[in-house]
Amino acid sequence: MAAPQAILATGAERRPVAGAPAPEPVLEVENLQTVFYTRGGLVKAVDGVSFTLGRSETLAIVGESGCGKSVTALSLMRLVSDPGRVVGGSVKLDGRDLVGLDEAELRQIRGNDISMIFQEPMTSLNPVMTIGRQIGEALILHQHMSRKAAVARATEMLHLVGIPEPQQRVKEYPHQLSGGMRQRAMIAMALACNPKVLIADEPTSALDVTIQAQILELIAKLQRELGTAVILITHDLGVVAETAERVIVMYAGRKVEEATVGELFARPLHPYTRGLMNSIPRLALMRREAGPVVNRLAEIPGIVPALSNLPPGCTFAPRCTFADEACRAQYPAYAEKRERHWAACWHSDKLPGAAHD
Amino acid sequence: MAVIDHQAELSRAGANVHGWFGGLLFFARRYPLGAIGAIIMILFLATAIFAGSIARFDPFTTNARISLAPPGGEHILGADFMGRDVFARIVYGARISLAVSVGATALGCLIGVAIGLMSGFFGGWFDLLVQRVLDIMQSLPLLVMALVMAASLGPSLPNTIIAIAIPLVPTVARIIRSNTLSLREMPFVEAARAVGMSETRIAFIHVLPNTLAPLIVLATAQLGSAILVESALAFLGLGVPEPHPSWGRMLSESAAEYVRTAPWLVIFPGIAISAVVFGTNLFGDALRDLLDPRQRI
Amino acid sequence: MTEAAPPPVLEVEGLSKHFPVRKGLLRRTVGHVYAVDQVSFTIGAGETLGLVGESGCGKTTVGRTIMRLIEPTAGAIRLDGHDVTRLGKSEMRPFRRQIQIIFQDPFSSLNPRKRAGDIVGEPLKVHGVLAAKARRERVAELFERVGLRKAQMDNFPHQFSGGQRQRIGVARALALNPRLIIGDEPVSALDVSIQAQVINLLMDLQRELKLSYLFISHNLAVVEHIAHRVAVMYLGRIVEYTDKITLFTRPLHPYTEALLAAVPVPDPAIKRAKRVVQGDVPSPLKPPPGCHFHTRCPYAEARCRQEIPALREVEPGHHVACHLR
Repeated sequence: MAAPQAILATGAERRPVAGAPAPEPVLEVENLQTVFYTRGGLVKAVDGVSFTLGRSETLAIVGESGCGKSVTALSLMRLVSDPGRVVGGSVKLDGRDLVGLDEAELRQIRGNDISMIFQEPMTSLNPVMTIGRQIGEALILHQHMSRKAAVARATEMLHLVGIPEPQQRVKEYPHQLSGGMRQRAMIAMALACNPKVLIADEPTSALDVTIQAQILELIAKLQRELGTAVILITHDLGVVAETAERVIVMYAGRKVEEATVGELFARPLHPYTRGLMNSIPRLALMRREAGPVVNRLAEIPGIVPALSNLPPGCTFAPRCTFADEACRAQYPAYAEKRERHWAACWHSDKLPGAAHD
Repeated sequence: MAVIDHQAELSRAGANVHGWFGGLLFFARRYPLGAIGAIIMILFLATAIFAGSIARFDPFTTNARISLAPPGGEHILGADFMGRDVFARIVYGARISLAVSVGATALGCLIGVAIGLMSGFFGGWFDLLVQRVLDIMQSLPLLVMALVMAASLGPSLPNTIIAIAIPLVPTVARIIRSNTLSLREMPFVEAARAVGMSETRIAFIHVLPNTLAPLIVLATAQLGSAILVESALAFLGLGVPEPHPSWGRMLSESAAEYVRTAPWLVIFPGIAISAVVFGTNLFGDALRDLLDPRQRI
Repeated sequence: MTEAAPPPVLEVEGLSKHFPVRKGLLRRTVGHVYAVDQVSFTIGAGETLGLVGESGCGKTTVGRTIMRLIEPTAGAIRLDGHDVTRLGKSEMRPFRRQIQIIFQDPFSSLNPRKRAGDIVGEPLKVHGVLAAKARRERVAELFERVGLRKAQMDNFPHQFSGGQRQRIGVARALALNPRLIIGDEPVSALDVSIQAQVINLLMDLQRELKLSYLFISHNLAVVEHIAHRVAVMYLGRIVEYTDKITLFTRPLHPYTEALLAAVPVPDPAIKRAKRVVQGDVPSPLKPPPGCHFHTRCPYAEARCRQEIPALREVEPGHHVACHLR
């Protein structure tokens, strides 16, 4: 009987080396601003967010609830509904600004050049339409395929995403598929027209952990094969570490840190990022880490401030152990603190070297 | 990004609203029709309460000399065939309408809530039986049911209220029952069970208060409906009897005979009924939009 | 561990819960869903048992059945040695003071129309433990204990954040001084940074009050942190049951291995030799015959398809249900 496999083994990095020339970006977001008009006042859900996305790159946007990551994603495709509205900034897809386009033009782009998959596959799929028809919709609409050709291509897509017996499944309804299968079907739908950018909004949060691993593996495989750029939105740092190449950390509607994934985890330069990393249980035993057993998780005290009532200066200051008068007076400048590593903090240099000191 | 732009939208969403008066103004601006409805209802209520001060004449005093007097002079809305002042009868009639609408709605809701709650909680055979009885009740037209009840109970104010309340019960019971069924499974109810609370206490303390919200909108709409039913009953001679001044009976007594010779006997009660029903409907609609969680914040 | 010691706070033996599947007009029973199948474990004083598994494994049903919110079909539940499996409502009542529950969803686990102080004080009221004034004092004490302010007692749930609501849930569970608290995914619906606060709170309370926890979760990292012993469930059965260190460093059951391999690790420097197990979790309505896991198990043999493996103690304190161990 084989001994239990070693679950952990160090291996070669499969991610691009930092410092390699950045490819021409497929998406350039500049100073994106989205607000919500609520009874409680003006809520700046996305307050001046800028980033670029390389051609086959995986960018993760990480943050907790209310930080604006999902709204950012919806804003890219202008899917933000009342009472929210995109009020500023530009979103350039291959040089073409999406913000200025009218609804008809945007519809040509959605599902065709940019696609999105969501957290809940059950509610994102129409329960009264077959899988094949839903996947085919985008094909018929954007690539002007005939119904027959669309079904054939849909079957191909189902095969591509690893659904067994695709010819059978293509005629089935969402409720006949399991959660993991539905998420795969949704991925097939999103990738049917071979878009340049795939936005995945918490694609695995509602899935079991073994299924989550399968889906993440699938997204990585498809990305390699099709060359799609992926924006992965999540609150799970483990998922980020495993799938992303670059990471953006958001807090209260703004970017607070940005770096390649290795750099971010090795040397977080914003107290919030550091706090997040310290507050998650580390699977130390499983990873056979040496050192004392952590009995108490490092907490970030307090709660996220209400977006309609943000504190002056740095929005994280009330919860930050390094905060001082300078922090409360003025919002920190977003600057490049180390090579290709930006953070919005007055005291990045005061943070201890590695994340887990 | 002009600041003015934001402000317009914010005001529309209801930000910067301070105090209850500010809240009222916001409601009026956002739902103008609802505000009109609310004003009508307040007028209706005021008329009923202050009937004595508003009407100069007594609604019961007959005066053969001024029988069928047209509107004008002392009798601003004219007089009916018995010489009674129409204005006074309308004003005092508001009391009857108020009593009937509020009474019937309240009674119907009370019984409906009780049945719905028990049905949702007990389940099983009780629920099945009750649902079928309610089905039967709902398959009869509201009016027919009210007629049957009124005819069998006999004409009187309390009986009319009961007759109008009963057809209301199935609708209320269904809503309460479906809310109860979903609330029963909520974690906070499970928490109460985990502590050892009896099902009865859970029903009253935890479930009931949470089922009532949708009822408010329904009840408001029913107020108008009750008045209409009363008018219909009165038309057929089964409503509130003499000497109570009832708008419905005023209509029915005069409709056939006097509509051409003394149209004011038909027009004014008709306007009164229409106005109140219209007002309650407008207000009910606005209330529903306001309370609907899926509407704009 | 068991010589002349007081009985464990909770002892569950052969616990089973079967739901009949009814079809047709006459609602005839055509089969059963074995949501919980022969589950056994013990929890000592001041100890946390982590119950892990994916959807459909039955862990939530186990929690509810132990609380008698769902009636067990078979098996025994013993609180401090007393058999409470079949007690009637009124007999069960005093035992309800010993065992309480915290729910997953901070939004629906509190009655939106009651004030926070009343919610926390309700268990005391139901059991008639203290007079009104003393009750209010105790509630204030509980509020402070879980990190809320006394002044917040009069607020309604919607005025609190998710993490604060969960604290209210903890305070409510503590009100009657129970010996055991069942946490049904108590931190899963919270943000990561708030999770840490609530986990720390639970662990502090355990130390101070010698509380026992049955910590039900699908999050292995959290369980690794908080539990002393762990039981892994798959489709209604326990497949592995041992202390935390052994489970996370030397798991024996292929499903446990698969679970541990699938958990994403927040450290990009580590590249795991990830063998992602394929296939879906089977539906509890149609569990595979024999060992439930054989359809996805890389080591499955003929025997696995036919014979249900029993949960055996293969090393001291380490139970596994697998033919190949």
